[in-house]
Amino acid sequence: MSGQIFETAGDCRGERAILEITVRNHPGVMSHVCGLFTRRAFNVEGILCMPVGDGTTSRIWLLVDEDERLVQLEKQLAKLEDVMSVSRHGANHEVFVRLEEFFRA
Amino acid sequence: MRMSGAEILIGLLERQDVRMVAGIPGGANLPIYDALGSNGRIRHVLVRHEQAAGFIAQGAARVTGKPAVALATSGPAATNLLTAVADAMLDSVPIVCITGQVPRALIGTDAFQEIDICGMSIPATKHNFLVRSAGELLEVLPRAFHIAASGRPGPVLVDVPRDVQTEEVSFDSWPEPAWPAQPPAFDVTDVERAAELVNAAKRPLLCVGGGVIQSGASRVVVELAQKAGAPLVTTLMALGAVDRDHPLNLGMPGMHGWSSANIAIEECDLFVAIGARFDDRVTGKLDEFCPSAKVLHVDIDASEINKVRCAHAGVAADAAAFVKALLAHIEAGRRPGWLRHVALLKARHGLATPGIEDPRKPYGLIAHVASVAGVDAIITTDVGRHQMWVAQSYPFKKPRAWLTSGGLGTMGFGLPAAIGAALAQPGRPVVCFSGDGSLLMNIQELATAVEEDLNVKIILMNNNSLGLVRQQQSLFYGGRIFQSDFRHKVDFCLVAEGFGMRRIDLETAGDPASALKEVFADEHPWLVHAPISAEEMVYPMVPPGAANSSMIGGEGDVWANL
Repeated sequence: MSGQIFETAGDCRGERAILEITVRNHPGVMSHVCGLFTRRAFNVEGILCMPVGDGTTSRIWLLVDEDERLVQLEKQLAKLEDVMSVSRHGANHEVFVRLEEFFRA
Repeated sequence: MRMSGAEILIGLLERQDVRMVAGIPGGANLPIYDALGSNGRIRHVLVRHEQAAGFIAQGAARVTGKPAVALATSGPAATNLLTAVADAMLDSVPIVCITGQVPRALIGTDAFQEIDICGMSIPATKHNFLVRSAGELLEVLPRAFHIAASGRPGPVLVDVPRDVQTEEVSFDSWPEPAWPAQPPAFDVTDVERAAELVNAAKRPLLCVGGGVIQSGASRVVVELAQKAGAPLVTTLMALGAVDRDHPLNLGMPGMHGWSSANIAIEECDLFVAIGARFDDRVTGKLDEFCPSAKVLHVDIDASEINKVRCAHAGVAADAAAFVKALLAHIEAGRRPGWLRHVALLKARHGLATPGIEDPRKPYGLIAHVASVAGVDAIITTDVGRHQMWVAQSYPFKKPRAWLTSGGLGTMGFGLPAAIGAALAQPGRPVVCFSGDGSLLMNIQELATAVEEDLNVKIILMNNNSLGLVRQQQSLFYGGRIFQSDFRHKVDFCLVAEGFGMRRIDLETAGDPASALKEVFADEHPWLVHAPISAEEMVYPMVPPGAANSSMIGGEGDVWANL
């Protein structure tokens, strides 16, 4: 999995949260993570993923809506075999803010 | 040691104590079959459709609790397998499916019989692997068994490209066979909090789910019920976890459940869910489910807690370990009034079984079969009215003797699951209750049952219709029966004969009861054809999406008088 950035279209309703997920870096892990959100009918507004250190792990940053189902999603993520850790940050975390200039219309 | 990937794979299965696999060979898994044939110590059961291989593995896994294995080649074989994999996911059954894949260099080229089965099976498996080298198998296969059996069990798929199967690799030693992980630890404060809730409750009710069977918690759960003075209900997945005739067992809750179970849920002030997941077929309209109760939820899968119903206390733990710890904190011998009340409830509003004396009626047929099948029998079903009749009325005594497709509701489950159970536990009779709609969905497996000469008795309740669909059209679609009655009537006795299976027709049998006795005295596979009127309904029934208190039919009218 090489570094890739893409964003799904979405408006700016409600509160946002940012999930920081550390995963084993091998082919297919992005599918497992993204598929989980689709399957549980939970919208992902933005995704950022890069290998970390020697490349055996990757870090995925997800920009998501903060609603009452988010705790459930975190638990489901933690169940994935290749997910090593999940943590939540507030919407003011700067990881996505700095990227904004690359996403001007 | 120097071996091919295929030889490593078969060696690892053997070391994992796998003694039987089901499957079909094809282009992309022929090296595996070649190694399997040379090994000679693992029995291969040749099915006629890959979905049946998955269900045979499920049947074996459900009765033994240990992961079982299905094999399929790439492409259509892998997609055929997928329904059985999804079924295992929804019912938490540990199976390991090994699919062949096109050679590594051809992946992504739309090669012959290429499909991205790893991509397709993501939502239907606990985890899956695309094996990229023969050496990787030494790590992947034990991990597959570990994942399948750990925590909440489930299916794992291992996709092995053909050239990985033929690749030779040197290695020093075999990895250790995999064992399930230790269940999650829980805190004594969790136990104390749970005990507080139980001790403070006036009308506690235990909801025994499939997790109780998975963790072998039957005995301690009954102890808890007795000590706490709490009646219990057993979900579809938990039938057999508690003796159906235990005085505290109020039966199966939910859409086609016993009135006594649904009424007790309505009345309880503490609902203790143990290895149960608040399935919509149990809860009915969620907002009106156990409306006056606090909820205590014990589940080995942390993500089940608060998923659909918020718990006042929830703990991620193994059911047996937690209930055992809880027992010590429970105040004994209380609530005589509540127990008197539920005893009355069970006596007055248990299951109504019209026709129980008549072997030509659904409940009567089931009762007669139960009396000749014996207490050791393993029962499988397909999906539909016959499934609900059996779930409601069969006198289940023991865990792991009831195999049904609960979560996914897969028609076609019953026959191959019965074959798997019979292969795994050859000393026990296996009964497959089926319907004509369901049986046709894996009818080809009659050949497998005959070929393996298994002690499987198929009780075919034939109403020449898709009965449960027909019932919904009758009740909720203005009686407009559309496409749920078959216009052509299949001669199932002739079909059985074509497959070389012994068969009997209860319609023409002079004495159906003694005919059944003769069938069950024989150890070969049999098809028992039992015509049932399409007008026979399964009651009670909660309309889909409605609250359980709007249960209709059977004893349902009692709600008005509560």
